[in-house]
Amino acid sequence: MYKPDIIQYISLNHYLILGAALFAIGLIGVMVRKNIIIVFMCIELMLNAVNLILAATSTFYSDSGGQVMVFFTMAVAAAEVSVGLAIIVMMYKNIHSLNIDLFNRLKG
Amino acid sequence: MNSTIILNLMLWPSLIGFIINGIFGSRMSKNLVGLIACAGPLTSFVATVIAFFSFRDTSTIVDLYTWFQFTKNIYVGFTFNIDNLSMLMMFIVSGVGTLIHIYSIGYMHEDKGFWRFMAYLNLFLFSMIILVLANNLPLLFAGWEGVGLCSFLLIGFWFSNDEYNAAAKKAFVMNRIGDLGFILAVFLIAKTYDTLDFKLLTQKFLESGLNTPVNIWITILLFVGVTGKSAQLPLFTWLPDAMAGPTPVSALIHAATMVTAGVYLVARMFAIFDMTPFTQQIIVYIGLATAFIAATIALKQNDIKKVLAYSTVSQLGYMVVALGCGAYITAIFHVMTHAFFKALLFLSAGSVIHGLGGEQNIANMGGLKSKMKWTHLVFLIGTLAIVGFPPLAGFFSKDEILAVAFSKNIPVFIGLGLCSVFTAWYMFRLYFSTFQGEYRGDHHKWDHAHESPMIMLFPLFVLAILSIIGGFFGMPEVISEHHAIDSFLKPSIFSKNVFHVSHTFDYMLWTLTVLVLALVMYLTYKRYTAKSKSAYDAQSEGIGKVLSNKYWLDEIYELIIIKPLRILSDWFNRVFERVGIDDVIQSPGFVLQRAAKGLGILQSGSISYYILSMIIGFIIFFLMFIKK
Repeated sequence: MYKPDIIQYISLNHYLILGAALFAIGLIGVMVRKNIIIVFMCIELMLNAVNLILAATSTFYSDSGGQVMVFFTMAVAAAEVSVGLAIIVMMYKNIHSLNIDLFNRLKG
Repeated sequence: MNSTIILNLMLWPSLIGFIINGIFGSRMSKNLVGLIACAGPLTSFVATVIAFFSFRDTSTIVDLYTWFQFTKNIYVGFTFNIDNLSMLMMFIVSGVGTLIHIYSIGYMHEDKGFWRFMAYLNLFLFSMIILVLANNLPLLFAGWEGVGLCSFLLIGFWFSNDEYNAAAKKAFVMNRIGDLGFILAVFLIAKTYDTLDFKLLTQKFLESGLNTPVNIWITILLFVGVTGKSAQLPLFTWLPDAMAGPTPVSALIHAATMVTAGVYLVARMFAIFDMTPFTQQIIVYIGLATAFIAATIALKQNDIKKVLAYSTVSQLGYMVVALGCGAYITAIFHVMTHAFFKALLFLSAGSVIHGLGGEQNIANMGGLKSKMKWTHLVFLIGTLAIVGFPPLAGFFSKDEILAVAFSKNIPVFIGLGLCSVFTAWYMFRLYFSTFQGEYRGDHHKWDHAHESPMIMLFPLFVLAILSIIGGFFGMPEVISEHHAIDSFLKPSIFSKNVFHVSHTFDYMLWTLTVLVLALVMYLTYKRYTAKSKSAYDAQSEGIGKVLSNKYWLDEIYELIIIKPLRILSDWFNRVFERVGIDDVIQSPGFVLQRAAKGLGILQSGSISYYILSMIIGFIIFFLMFIKK
């Protein structure tokens, strides 16, 4: 007989709303914040919002594919963090600032 | 032996020499370069000798491969024709060519570009062999252009000198004008007669009517080509300037072989010229005018090579007169003897220039016979041969041309006779001022003057012998029943024109020749062996001024052709180029530039803005997606 998972005590809509809210917060953070580290954190937030939705939907639909996808995303995010942080360090070494608006030398 | 093998041996060796020397020449020793360069023409010569014994009096066609085919009948292949005419020309081209290659090894040995020079010479020889052996007009034209290219490369061989480059360009452009006539004639022939093969053309020409308008156009256009290549009026002015090239080039290309290509072309196409007496008249008078003008200019030139250059133009005029009279074999006979003695004269002039360290002005020479015994001897032989001293080569061929002219047209005969007197005058003037009398130049050069090395003298000796005996192949019927050249070329040039002059005329002509020559010799001896240079000064008045300035021909061309052309091009440049082309071409670029500037504003540099636009884009994209 079918036994609901602990996650399923809360309905799927709540997960989706939470994920969307986290994603929106992250997106707005990326757009409006000037400090590059904050921006970076906001990107992570967006990634995790997606992870949350993936995990939730995979459980509700009993399809483990979504959870596998989450692991991939986390692995990629880890790699991205290491590279991204290294870039930030180099940027700081070059212009002694973390203000994202200063990195605009390629504008037309 | 198989005709294909022999043909390949005649044709390719020089090209192989050119490729080897052209690619690896700079890294090989000079001796090796010289050896490879000489091997090419020598092989061709030997192959020609073999061909002479195997295919005499036949016309052997060898079709190597197809070049292109327009219609069923207009087939253009790498097709070659070994007949008596092309064999005789091959003997001249490869024989004189070999000698001049050998000479060049000595003459150019000190030059940095020695390998380049030898490679060009080989390429020239290859093109000339194609020209001579070709069995259809386009292939002949390919050779014709090839020799023009090599002439350009070799005139401008010392390319660091601007004047030489200008001379090379002049030769090239003048030849282009002629070539335009040639190629138009080829088109017209292809359209009218529907074949380009010489043998078929000859038949069709002989069947066509006398003086038909299309034939007149074809012959006139062909003759325009001849005036370019064979330096006739009005396109001859490039040839004297072409003396800017090294002396062996002047000897090989601008005296012995290339410039006679026009004569060869007319002889090949004799049938159509026989059918158009109208054009023949024009040819006779152009030849006569060229012979006369060039001979008179030569009287007043002080550059040893310039004198010989004008002399070449004048002798080409003789050949063209013979062609115009329909005496094609006589013209080819003169091509042959002229190749011998003019190459000899040029090469010995080169020997003089070499010995005097680059001096070319005869006003600064004199008395060189004590320093250069052998050069003096061969130059004397060359001089006697060209002025027509019996029994040297020039005597027989020139006598034949005069006889032909006499039997056709008395005024032309008188004109040519006058030219012969001029020829005698400028040649003896050249000889006496160079080798006899006292030295007039810089004593430093006199002390260094020396005889040329054996490698340069050997070709001179061979050519001197040929200049002596070359005429015996074509003795007039007064002396001998058998005219070797005539009977040899009859299978190729079976023109029905007959020229008959009485024996009395021949005897009178010879007596007159000898008497005039003796008189001219005496006068020039008196005048040009003097110690003072006054005889060489440019005259400031009268006919002498006209001659010293070469009839102002270059200036006239400048005024009536180049100036208007320049004004026209200036106008086109100002109006058509600027407004018509520049603005039209540049307008798309201008629009794009403006648009780019406008769109550039979007690239503000603010990352938030980029992300916002990205999100908007995504949203639009998804909305479209969902809608579906």
